[in-house]
Amino acid sequence: MDAFTIHTGTAAPLHRSNVDTDQIIPAEYLKRITRHGFEDALFASWRKDPDFVLNRPEYQGVSILVSGPDFGTGSSREHAVWALQDFGFRVVLCSRFADIFRGNSGKGGLLTAVIPQSAIEELWEIVEADPSIPITVDLQERKVHVGEFMCDFEVDDYVRWRLLEGLDDIGITLEHSDVISEFEKNRPSFLPSLG
Amino acid sequence: MGRTLAEKVWSDHIIHEGEGLPDLLYIDLHLIHEVTSPQAFDGLRAAGRPLRRPDLTVATEDHNIPTVDVDKPIADPVSRIQVETLRENCKEFGVTLFPLGDVEQGIVHVVGPQMGLTQPGMTIVCGDSHTSTHGAFGALAFGIGTSEVEHVMATQSLPLKPFKTMAINVEGALPEGVAAKDIILAVIAQIGTSGGQGYVLEYRGSAIRALSMEGRMTICNMSIEAGARAGMIAPDSTTFDYIKGKPHAPCGKDWESAVSYWETLNTDPDAQFDREIAIEASTLRPFVTWGTNPGQGLPLDQVVPDPKAVSDPVERAAIENALAYMDLRPGQPLKEIAIDTVFLGSCTNGRIEDLRAAALVIKNRKVADGVRLLVVPGSTRVRIEAESEGLDQIFLEAGAEWRGAGCSMCLAMNPDKLAPGERSASTSNRNFEGRQGPGGRTHLVSPEVAAATAVRGTLSAPTDLAEA
Ligand code: SF4
Repeated sequence: MDAFTIHTGTAAPLHRSNVDTDQIIPAEYLKRITRHGFEDALFASWRKDPDFVLNRPEYQGVSILVSGPDFGTGSSREHAVWALQDFGFRVVLCSRFADIFRGNSGKGGLLTAVIPQSAIEELWEIVEADPSIPITVDLQERKVHVGEFMCDFEVDDYVRWRLLEGLDDIGITLEHSDVISEFEKNRPSFLPSLG
Repeated sequence: MGRTLAEKVWSDHIIHEGEGLPDLLYIDLHLIHEVTSPQAFDGLRAAGRPLRRPDLTVATEDHNIPTVDVDKPIADPVSRIQVETLRENCKEFGVTLFPLGDVEQGIVHVVGPQMGLTQPGMTIVCGDSHTSTHGAFGALAFGIGTSEVEHVMATQSLPLKPFKTMAINVEGALPEGVAAKDIILAVIAQIGTSGGQGYVLEYRGSAIRALSMEGRMTICNMSIEAGARAGMIAPDSTTFDYIKGKPHAPCGKDWESAVSYWETLNTDPDAQFDREIAIEASTLRPFVTWGTNPGQGLPLDQVVPDPKAVSDPVERAAIENALAYMDLRPGQPLKEIAIDTVFLGSCTNGRIEDLRAAALVIKNRKVADGVRLLVVPGSTRVRIEAESEGLDQIFLEAGAEWRGAGCSMCLAMNPDKLAPGERSASTSNRNFEGRQGPGGRTHLVSPEVAAATAVRGTLSAPTDLAEA
């Protein structure tokens, strides 16, 4: 995973709440067996509407998504994270993320930063007044800033550390292989096994 | 201080803990299916890592497989490649697989319990958010993403931050015709789709104790629709009776030690939950969703809500969007909504008891003209059992389609889909835009309501039907 420290880019406002993972990537795209190449699948059904925010010329090349509350609800499909990243997003800002989506984002290197809904609304105004305005998301300082606007964001300490270092979870866990083996010795014999 | 059920199971699985670090939890059972595993297997291969415990890993084919012509090669080439990839991966890494055509094949959350692989006090994960289903046995079970699937494959463990705990107390007796599905739809409508976020829900109270294992699974299944990763119910004699004699249930001495451990798996009387919710079972009625998330539901005898009556702008916009998508108008009685398709199935309501409940309603009646009723058993075993009871004949005589087992129209990855603009009453768990096919509209209901709706052609409760 690539490390994430600070990112500056333009943003798209998404005026929706409860953006579920079936909207982020519909099931028909989940048949693919690769980890990349999902850019066409992102918000596939909303993108059929020429007025959808990501279709508008002023929001081409965005890398930050500013969404209404409850982003990423529903299915555990990590394809939702891959589709956002393949499309070019590095950051999603929202007042509330669904748990599994948030966990998946942390694994894949997509930053999900929590800021209050009032700050989301301010950002919507700023971005809509000038879609080309660059927004900076600083993971080291946990701050979002653009022009005069600045606010702190929340991110899990452990996820932040892993993102900053670009660490792979499996590698970290495998350092504990001995304790895992030790634990396995004491598992009760009544537990099911397919062996 | 006492501990909750979730805290007990959690602490019995901690391999490693450290200041400021997530706990490393041991995983007792890893369930796998074709959709969320291929990239994880690729990751293992790329890193040259083995799959640590093939004996604690089991795979089935469910999400994308067809429910007709199951003995023929899968027609859709992309689906076929995905299923074949699962088969090759399971072979390479030594994982037991129940492929299409196998008697044990079925939806992953139906297969685990019916084989006795799901037991109290276990940690169970799967790359599927409805893994919460297994919590009905007092297991700590939750959905994970593909990176975590790879993590579990490589290490049989997961680093996790402890959840908060929420008690959902459902006391009293359910009125006639009110099902487990109605309880959980009412819970979600009450706490909202993010109300359970960060929590493990523990369903408690006399109404929960009175439910069968199938009913308990329906409830725990939809915990994720309330935003909770896991839902649990303390195991009791209903649980033990269900497990006893299943292929992977403990036997002899092991059975006794298992039961004496399982009996300790309940929340201590002095334990504290972070939040508690109370629901009076006797006030519940058959429930239905009108919108595009599972929290947008009401009792069936109500009318479509009016966004103008809601002051919160985000909430109002959500209702407006939902009504536009669902093509409904405020004030319209829910029972006047006409549907095209009824889907009876899924990991929420595709078990034998669900099929029995629907068959009881539809027996000696006919599916309304122009309505399609699709009956998709949750597993091949459920299908066989239903056929041995003659349920298939009841459905076929009513004019329904009787299919092979799988996820089918729950997520419409296979050819079972709604056409754009079509409307369904569905016993599944998600009414998101396009969930059952692009442009399709979904109303979530219980099996009993699904059957009555198929007969009348409009959203209906069994009590709305004339004598058969
Ligand atoms: S039946 Fe539906 S919810 Fe259940 S596992 Fe299959 S797709 Fe997921």
